[in-house]
Amino acid sequence: MTTTNAPTLSDPRDPYKRLKTTRSNYELYGWVFMRASGVILLVLIFGHLFVNLMVGDGVHAIDFAFVGGKWTSPFWQVWDLLMLWLAMMHGTNGVRTIINDYAERPLVRLWLKIFLYAAFVIVTVLGTLVIFTFTPCPLGAPADLLPSICFK
Amino acid sequence: MTATLDSSAPTAIGEIPSFNVTIRLRRYLPETDRGDESYWEEFVVPVHGTDRVLDALHKIKWEQDGSLTFRRSCAHGVCGSDAMRINGRNRLACKTLLKDVNPDKPITVEPIKGLPVIKDLVVDMEPFFASFREIMPFLITTGNQPSGERIQSAEQRERFDDTTKCILCAACTSSCPVFWTDGQYFGPAAIVNAHRFIFDSRDEGAEQRLEILNDKEGVWRCRTTFNCTEACPRGIEVTKAIQEVKRAMITRAF
Repeated sequence: MTTTNAPTLSDPRDPYKRLKTTRSNYELYGWVFMRASGVILLVLIFGHLFVNLMVGDGVHAIDFAFVGGKWTSPFWQVWDLLMLWLAMMHGTNGVRTIINDYAERPLVRLWLKIFLYAAFVIVTVLGTLVIFTFTPCPLGAPADLLPSICFK
Repeated sequence: MTATLDSSAPTAIGEIPSFNVTIRLRRYLPETDRGDESYWEEFVVPVHGTDRVLDALHKIKWEQDGSLTFRRSCAHGVCGSDAMRINGRNRLACKTLLKDVNPDKPITVEPIKGLPVIKDLVVDMEPFFASFREIMPFLITTGNQPSGERIQSAEQRERFDDTTKCILCAACTSSCPVFWTDGQYFGPAAIVNAHRFIFDSRDEGAEQRLEILNDKEGVWRCRTTFNCTEACPRGIEVTKAIQEVKRAMITRAF
């Protein structure tokens, strides 16, 4: 008598399972944010381009002093801060969805996202720091490196 | 004497033109020597101008290679068994006339994408039906049963008429690039069938269904590429239905 082992078969009734249920309003708010920030960014970016490139001397006016002068006004500080934050959040969220759509392996997805969020934090923190702590005329700096606005 | 068109034998009235067509099939036969490799195989089939892709597949299976495997039940576009990728687009083989898919060139026939292939054109539909079951595709009510019918006006019926046409053939879900990535997305078909109940005035489970589809893998993964709308053999405006579910969620949240 020989016994034949039945070949190992997976249970045909084994139900397919979603990896995990992830119900929250996170994606909903993300979806709304993308649309709202997109509209605001249209105004901010084209306003920025118009003021920097079209008004007055146009593109030739841009130098260290021009940027320094702009950031002495709280209006442009808030404008640039909004632009920086909204653009970075909008772009990061967009790339996040692209990673979700195209990265097939969970580990690749994880590392791409770590890289993405690190880039987001570095750019946003550095940018915010520059907008608020920018000093066009630091004390004790060599005079030949300073813009003309420091000598008025 | 020069032969003229008039002198040639007249074709009998009602005779259907016959021609040869090349069907390029993506075969997958794991139990043969080929193993887990899928490969292309071409068949030349004599067909009539009124034949559909399904007729050509039948001819191959019945007259040339009996090992060819595919699903079909009603063969008239109602059961939704024979969705396949014909010339790169998801269609029902029983609703696609050969003359409409350029029979001058080889016609490629593949299994639908994104679902595990079992054999030739047969795929494992379980992930697809699992998503369908998750959205609870049945009437949910509270309170006592009415003694008669649940009354609904013609306008209330019209609200979800489009999404009642779904035959669960999976042509939409397997045409969706987001579903192809990892198969975790609920997919257009599940959302269409949720839409059918969410907008039904007799149903009281809309809140639960919206909550289910508010998942990270729910409606928010839709990128509105319209592949599903183009693929649907029933002409359901699938992307529109998904957008309506999104809108219902947003009005619910704010």
